[in-house]
Amino acid sequence: MSNNIIVEREKGMAELERRIAELRAASAAQPLDMSTEVAALEKKYREILQELFGTLSPWEKVHMARHPARPTSLDYISRFDRFDELHGDRHYRDDPSIVGGFALLHSRPVIVIGQQRGRDTRENLRRNFGMPAPEGYRKASRLARLAARLGLPIVTFVDTKGADPGISSEEHAQSEAIASCLQAFATARVPVVATIVGEGGSGGALALAIADHVMMLEHSTYSVASPEGCAAILWSDAGKAEEAAARLKLTADDLRRFGIVDEILAEPLGGAHRNAADVVVRTLAAVDAAVARLSSLPVERLLEERYRKYRLLGEWQDERLKPIGKSH
Amino acid sequence: MREWRRVIGGSTEGRREKEQQRGDAALWSKCPKCGEVLYRRDLAANLDVCTRCGYHFRMNAYDRIASIADGEFIEIGQDVVSSDPLGWSDKKTYPAKLGADRERSGVSESVLCGFATIGGFPVALGVMDFHFRGGTMGRVAGERITLLLEEAERRKLPCVIFAASGGARMEEGMVALIQLAKTTAAVARFMEAGNFFMTVLTDPTTGGVSASFAFQADVIVAEPKAMIGFAGRRVIEQTIRQRLPDQFQTAEFLLEKGAIDMVVDRRSLKDTLVRLLEYTRHDTKAR
Repeated sequence: MSNNIIVEREKGMAELERRIAELRAASAAQPLDMSTEVAALEKKYREILQELFGTLSPWEKVHMARHPARPTSLDYISRFDRFDELHGDRHYRDDPSIVGGFALLHSRPVIVIGQQRGRDTRENLRRNFGMPAPEGYRKASRLARLAARLGLPIVTFVDTKGADPGISSEEHAQSEAIASCLQAFATARVPVVATIVGEGGSGGALALAIADHVMMLEHSTYSVASPEGCAAILWSDAGKAEEAAARLKLTADDLRRFGIVDEILAEPLGGAHRNAADVVVRTLAAVDAAVARLSSLPVERLLEERYRKYRLLGEWQDERLKPIGKSH
Repeated sequence: MREWRRVIGGSTEGRREKEQQRGDAALWSKCPKCGEVLYRRDLAANLDVCTRCGYHFRMNAYDRIASIADGEFIEIGQDVVSSDPLGWSDKKTYPAKLGADRERSGVSESVLCGFATIGGFPVALGVMDFHFRGGTMGRVAGERITLLLEEAERRKLPCVIFAASGGARMEEGMVALIQLAKTTAAVARFMEAGNFFMTVLTDPTTGGVSASFAFQADVIVAEPKAMIGFAGRRVIEQTIRQRLPDQFQTAEFLLEKGAIDMVVDRRSLKDTLVRLLEYTRHDTKAR
């Protein structure tokens, strides 16, 4: 029993998929034509898929963003033309929950940085469930500065519940590490393109998401705190996470309307993991297009526009700050 | 307190009235550390520091300004007022929560920003107040701090910000989180232009505020025993499933770990700030 409601929902679908495959195999092996049965079952399958995944609530999207099979940063990075990983913060250690290095994106040299969670328990332990320590953010800052010096665009992939809240992270000044990382991205004299591919949790996510162009996968989430954290802070009850998810306006559509996200990348019905290869290819094409566009701007104008963009995000006058739909 | 009446700010009058209304209840305060019952006037005269054990009470923003500024405080950004970007409502609506906090705390939002002199040095001064929504940063705080830094840059003045915050404000969602990006960009511009930035971390400074401008300063001062960290104590204890030592995340702990420059008693804080500001003035006469 998974605690992921999307995974649970998929179990019945898997059974249906197995039956369709069986019927297909049987149909192929026998002279008897069973194509109508196969078609009927497939139609039913598509109907259920549409019913279960056609429209997702914010809470369902939270689970989709956390889906264990959802493409992670390395699934994108490994499809670059080339990737040479660099390690370490040059102070203390290498943090595997942030990966980064040189890469070729459609033959264009870039610096790529991403938060990396694990697909299974063993990898999750190694990568601390994708929750970076200060060392991870210091590595990211270092790579951002390197990119700026060499004039290489920065491409990031955001996928974290949040920064690590452990003892050693506090001892190593997690706050300072994130604060410096924010500064490195805010001031980098090269184009920065960020894509939220899974969960975008709080300051730990924002640290890699100050960018000239911010993209978000359709079912990714991006929020001031995890719904569980928000419910614990406001109502001392993490069990009210679903309610918090509904109120936090953490979906791609909400954030596009706020101007915090610039572009939404569509996912196949049922989520990115149902056709990961296609999602990765389309995402990289969108990243490439954004990098190409931004690279044509003079650097002073790029920095001025980046500043203005974040400057104006707080100056919205009431027209844009009006609540979006009174659903609650 | 002696000088707060000279503070220029929208809420000063209201606050004075409220103190009078509270009457006798406002006469006494109990020290949460040593239990000493303190006469409110004595406590105020001692800058809200327990006269017996030295415990630093959380300070109201106006009292803080009065304790640091020489006299006048010219507030900017008062007209930046709260809005309700998410249309938030739980037990109360978000605007109702804001109204109640304004009433209770006497400040218009979680940070007051303006210009003052400290020991004769003109500075841009920002002061957060934990009594307003736990000092959380939302759109108003982000905008006011950005305005302060931009104006300080224009005037080529040093900037001092007193932090007291539980982090980003939940009820404004991502609009609150993005204020970290905005203030970061403003701090970076201010500092790159060659200006001096100091922060004073007071109890408590956590979450988004600690992970942005609080730790981006040239010099970081903290008050004794102030709780400072990224994650809250409860979150860490839940994560590691054990109790943390008492010293963990105190100002003294951070000093030892190399995260801050100094721990300074509130009663000598102004003198310390003046000493530091003297280094920013190349034409300062030798004393």
